[in-house]
Amino acid sequence: MSKSARTTHFRNPADESPLVKLLLILIGLAFLGFFLFLPLVGVFVEAFRKGAEAYVEALVEPDAVSAIKLTLLVAVIAVPLNLVFGVAAAWAIAKFEFKGKAFLTTLIDLPFSISPVISGLVYVLLFGSQSVLGPWLKSYGIEILFAVPGIVLATVFVTFPFVARELIPLMQDQGTGDEEAALSLGASGWQTFWFVTLPNIKWGLLYGVLLCNARAMGEFGAVSVVSGHVRGLTNTMPLHVEILYNEYNFVAAFAVASLLAALALVTLALKTLLELRFGAGGAGGRRH
Amino acid sequence: MTKTATSRWRWKQPSIIPGFGLTLGFSLAYLSLIILIPLTGLVWRTASLGWGQFFSILFDERTLAALYISFGTALIAAVVNAVFGVLICWILVRYDFPGRRLIDAMVDLPFALPTAVAGIALASLYAPKGWIGAFFTPFDIRIAFTPIGIVVALIFIGLPFVVRTVQPVMEEIDREVEEAAATLGANRFQTIFKVLLPGLAPAVLTGFALAFARGVGEYGSVVFIAGNIPYVSEIAPLLIVIRLEEFNYAGATAVATIMLAISFAMLLVINLIQAWSRRRYGYV
Repeated sequence: MSKSARTTHFRNPADESPLVKLLLILIGLAFLGFFLFLPLVGVFVEAFRKGAEAYVEALVEPDAVSAIKLTLLVAVIAVPLNLVFGVAAAWAIAKFEFKGKAFLTTLIDLPFSISPVISGLVYVLLFGSQSVLGPWLKSYGIEILFAVPGIVLATVFVTFPFVARELIPLMQDQGTGDEEAALSLGASGWQTFWFVTLPNIKWGLLYGVLLCNARAMGEFGAVSVVSGHVRGLTNTMPLHVEILYNEYNFVAAFAVASLLAALALVTLALKTLLELRFGAGGAGGRRH
Repeated sequence: MTKTATSRWRWKQPSIIPGFGLTLGFSLAYLSLIILIPLTGLVWRTASLGWGQFFSILFDERTLAALYISFGTALIAAVVNAVFGVLICWILVRYDFPGRRLIDAMVDLPFALPTAVAGIALASLYAPKGWIGAFFTPFDIRIAFTPIGIVVALIFIGLPFVVRTVQPVMEEIDREVEEAAATLGANRFQTIFKVLLPGLAPAVLTGFALAFARGVGEYGSVVFIAGNIPYVSEIAPLLIVIRLEEFNYAGATAVATIMLAISFAMLLVINLIQAWSRRRYGYV
């Protein structure tokens, strides 16, 4: 944050008048109010419109519980997969010089520029009843589409870059000096990773995992295409919210939505905490 | 992946650090399985349509209308975000006011809030009887369930892209540049529009491009507020979903491929503009 000196009382010619400042702040806050704060407040107000009892009832109802369980299950599978990938990709890209590195980095970012609906569609084409793979797997009793594996795959696709994206610049900044020192002192590859690299990147890693998890639990478009919307079976929390909302059961829809909003707020709080403690971008940086 | 093996590859600089083969191999395998093979499937599927069928889907009026709405609303929202995003960056970086830290943190809300939650919240807020929508009802302006509603949702989704891209660059600006401009007789308005903003242009363009690209593909937050009337407020991702529900895989695939191609082309163009403006103005 810029801490430019503004202790003097005459007005700096490279500064705006207090009135202009106030006006700009008010415009900015009004904009954020209309587009960010009111929607967030609205979620909780609508959720409690009919009192705490209706709120709790919407959350303990069996379909809601199974949606919450499925969302947690999907995140528990998808996030670690992308975590392992993120660390491996960052290791290869940040610690070595090889041709085609920039291209590989672009490919990793690819899911960010693809519509979530298309991310779901590619799996429908791959595993659907009209594909080669779908019916073949089905003959062995393996269901991918309109079942949990499809939801996991679509979630993995959309959350693919999060951890790698956070780690690559961080590990590139840190260079290879620490690892080379550890190796020359006789540490094995794994020891170097566990005791030298991992402590250096742990906060950046946590940051990436947080963002990855928030997206994994909240993904709607991709999951909606592959899930088949079977209540109690293949409905994640965001899909459950959609169904309730379309049935005009607004209190229940916003009650489930409020859980997701709370998750978002916790994510933001932890993210801010990491940034305040360990510098901008959540990247741990070199701390020794 | 012994050291002798790795040092023999010409395309890689020799290194004493182990694990190159393992990590790169795993990354490539995982990348192929999750991203590349499924995407290739999409392209292959489109190729098997043949040009005739592909163009008949592309020039179908409903497809064209959906693409026009998607790209049009994303463009308007990205422009609004570019303007207000810079303003918000400015007050966050330059001014001190109560709650600044909190607001700074909250700008990331659209990254963290699930899109479906944002969608139902915005829809109920901007509906004719909602908190904000009610203000516009007397003037006969409807926001939710019209293309304006789509723009509102895309403004929400895109804002942090602009703010988070511009903010670090703005923090780096040397105040001496502004002081020099003031000393040379520029008024504050001139300093901001002729000295500061041109230097921020590459960052603003990047943020604009990211917000735009995200907006074109956005689905969750839009479908609740859009009203989804064919030819009026039906976005391209929704058309893909509708085609899939009709088991019209050819239709879904063709629309998806067109969207992908246009998005990539636009990102490329914007990247070129950005490279050009960085050479010309950038604070590098």
